[in-house]
Amino acid sequence: MSEEQAPPPVPLSEQLRARFPEAVIATHQQAGDDTAVVRRESLRAVAQHLRDEPELAFNVLMDLTAVDGLKLGAASRFEVVYHFYSLEQNRRLRLKVPVEEQDPTVDSLADLWPSANWFEREVWDMFGIRFRGHPSLKRLLMYEEFSGHPLRKDYPVNRRQPLIGPGN
Amino acid sequence: MEATAYETRDLLLNVGPAHPAMHGIIRILLQLDGETIKGADVEIGYLHRGFEKMCEQGGYNHAIPYTDRLNYVSPLINNVGYCLAIERLMGLTVPERGQYIRVIMSEISRITDHLTCVGASAMELGAFTVFLYMIKAREYLWELIEQVTGARLTISYCRVGGVKADLPEGFETRTRAVLAQVREVLVECDTLLTRNRIFVDRMKGTGTITQQDALGYGITGPFLRSTGANFDVRKQTPYLVYDRLTFEAPLGQHGDNLDRYFCRMEEMEQSMRIVEQCLAQLPGGSIQAEGVAGQAIAAADMVDAAKMGRIAEIAGTHPVTDPTLEGSNKPFHQRINAPEKRAVLPPKEDTYGNIEGLMSHFKLIMFGHGIRPPKGEVYQAVEGANGELGFYVVSDGTDKPYRVRVRPPCLPMMAALPLLLTGDMMADVVPTFGSVNMIGGELDR
Repeated sequence: MSEEQAPPPVPLSEQLRARFPEAVIATHQQAGDDTAVVRRESLRAVAQHLRDEPELAFNVLMDLTAVDGLKLGAASRFEVVYHFYSLEQNRRLRLKVPVEEQDPTVDSLADLWPSANWFEREVWDMFGIRFRGHPSLKRLLMYEEFSGHPLRKDYPVNRRQPLIGPGN
Repeated sequence: MEATAYETRDLLLNVGPAHPAMHGIIRILLQLDGETIKGADVEIGYLHRGFEKMCEQGGYNHAIPYTDRLNYVSPLINNVGYCLAIERLMGLTVPERGQYIRVIMSEISRITDHLTCVGASAMELGAFTVFLYMIKAREYLWELIEQVTGARLTISYCRVGGVKADLPEGFETRTRAVLAQVREVLVECDTLLTRNRIFVDRMKGTGTITQQDALGYGITGPFLRSTGANFDVRKQTPYLVYDRLTFEAPLGQHGDNLDRYFCRMEEMEQSMRIVEQCLAQLPGGSIQAEGVAGQAIAAADMVDAAKMGRIAEIAGTHPVTDPTLEGSNKPFHQRINAPEKRAVLPPKEDTYGNIEGLMSHFKLIMFGHGIRPPKGEVYQAVEGANGELGFYVVSDGTDKPYRVRVRPPCLPMMAALPLLLTGDMMADVVPTFGSVNMIGGELDR
């Protein structure tokens, strides 16, 4: 971070676009983070390629989260954000998958990277995005009786929910 | 005569959340066959406080006190990670002295974190003396932190663009003395634990994970390194001044509880090595700016004088501030803060002494103004005491962060806990859970 490194000739996101011209909608390298925006339908194919291609070898799914674009003026309501890391290549890549409000569903990556299991549960919990093929998609941080998804921008920060448990 | 057929069944056992070894916030549902664990289900979320939602409600600097409460055993690393993320989004660079101070404080925090983890898990195995010794060492370090930040836990020391205040006078001498004391304690604890039959028997070969599984689960930090995978954010993607420092990231072999203990013990030594190097390399020397021109004026007097418009006498003076604010006035300000009006508050002498300073202060403080990073997103990883601590920040160009996501290092480990426990004995839950070093604040956010 301290010194500007010479950028590689072709960013990985661009290579990915060349390999999957249909799947990759956009790319950018803001603040040095290589990012590719991927169509929802192609997520698994791209992710599998990232993991299994020996030159890429993204063996760690570092982080998986979502952003609610309600107040961002984005074309689609949600974006699921994946941060991959390759230990061999010491390289990072961010994938973003736009998700519509009407059908908030994405394919699960839990069988490719076990770390996706809990991260996807958290995204379901916080944003109400479903992951197709997830082994047990239940809330992670909130309790079962909680209604709504708190990190959505239309969930008021001060909303109270009824107390649960014996005696309430 | 027929032999009596006994029916055997698996036992479902709830451990926690109200169990001392579960720190009061984790529930593990164990499926037991006798004393062997056949399956486990982990439930978290008892300490969820809506950190990410709260960060969206205020300005960029308002999130800093919340970050203190993520990993509350090494809060300074959280501060550093969050500020680095915003700084990268804005394209800011902190002056070298500020960067060195951040490294020093991060490494001191790493030691306190490891001391707590090793001490607490030793206590849970019956070695109460080790716990007390290690907490004693942690106390020395926390006193050091208190002298710099003014607080022990809720430190809120970093700012976007710098740190709150410069190091206090005599910091280097005191730090060297404290490190010597900590080393003594570590030698004592090493003697008590490393060849201790009870400790080794319970740690060795329990909570084992393979390197491939650990990577698949997204495990990082000493936990991953205990399996032999060489990944340390400080080495792989250096931030601050880590690329100028010489240190090792100790690796284990077996990925069991004992190797994690060894990794943590060695990492403390390496962190002390880093602190000593930083103290030697610290630009501007170890003590505060010498030969400050002008006379000292008490902070309260300065405010009164400024209110009455007597600013002429403020120009050539520097205020004597409260001990907790020491080192934040003008002579030190530029050494530790980026010269950036968009993010850094001016020193108090300027706020009270000239209109430019006052305006620049209000532009950052007033509602609807404040720090405004350009639109965009950034993911900044730092090496937390437990592993990769990542901050993913999305900015919409306003003064409030649009989204702050924390990648908590202990969440992947907790997700892998069923894998770690299955096949072990009931009694191994405690050392394995201890070596995970679950910190509720960052796990549940």
